[in-house]
Amino acid sequence: MDPGAELEALTAATPDAGGIASFVGKVRASGGVEALELSHYEPLTLPGMQELAAQAEQRFALMGLTMIHRIGTMGPGDPIVLVGAAARHRRDAILAVDFCMDHLKSAAWFWKREKRGGEWHWIEPRIEDHADLARWS
Amino acid sequence: MAVTILFLGPLRDLAGAETLEVEAPLDWSGLLGSVGEEVADQLQQERVNVACAGRVLADKTALKAKDGDEVALLPPVSGG
Repeated sequence: MDPGAELEALTAATPDAGGIASFVGKVRASGGVEALELSHYEPLTLPGMQELAAQAEQRFALMGLTMIHRIGTMGPGDPIVLVGAAARHRRDAILAVDFCMDHLKSAAWFWKREKRGGEWHWIEPRIEDHADLARWS
Repeated sequence: MAVTILFLGPLRDLAGAETLEVEAPLDWSGLLGSVGEEVADQLQQERVNVACAGRVLADKTALKAKDGDEVALLPPVSGG
């Protein structure tokens, strides 16, 4: 995934937008993580992301939305997830990105494990992610 | 044809496999009896969901998988 190229494509596709907000999540280079592996279950994960995009479009006045989540093994510094939103006004774009990220982090069907010291460790859900989700209800 | 049980995330490690083929039809007690004790313990926790043929079951104990169905065992997600 090339976040810069994806955002350029979103910009080109939305000439009437007044602004584009984006978030790129990446693998931290510190903390001793050697690799991160993301797995999914496509029959649920993809429809879930499509439903999330539909909700974002309903909730905010958007002109374009890009949502990409990688799976597989990634190294420190690699991008994992990208959300970009184009809107006539900045607030809709910024909030849509925040909304999509909170849902991707806590409600999308992804499982994550990281390799530290040569060993794989599964990442447990974080309480904060659920609190983040509650902001939107 | 049979029912394919798919172990996702950390359940894959507990099961020691990604998939398991069992005879159809498969109900909740059949599922618990097929997956080994450790996975069965996890399945009985509220935080583990079950999907059948691409749909998450509102009540996993009502599982009724038929020939050709895929039953996915879904531990809590760890966030994107």
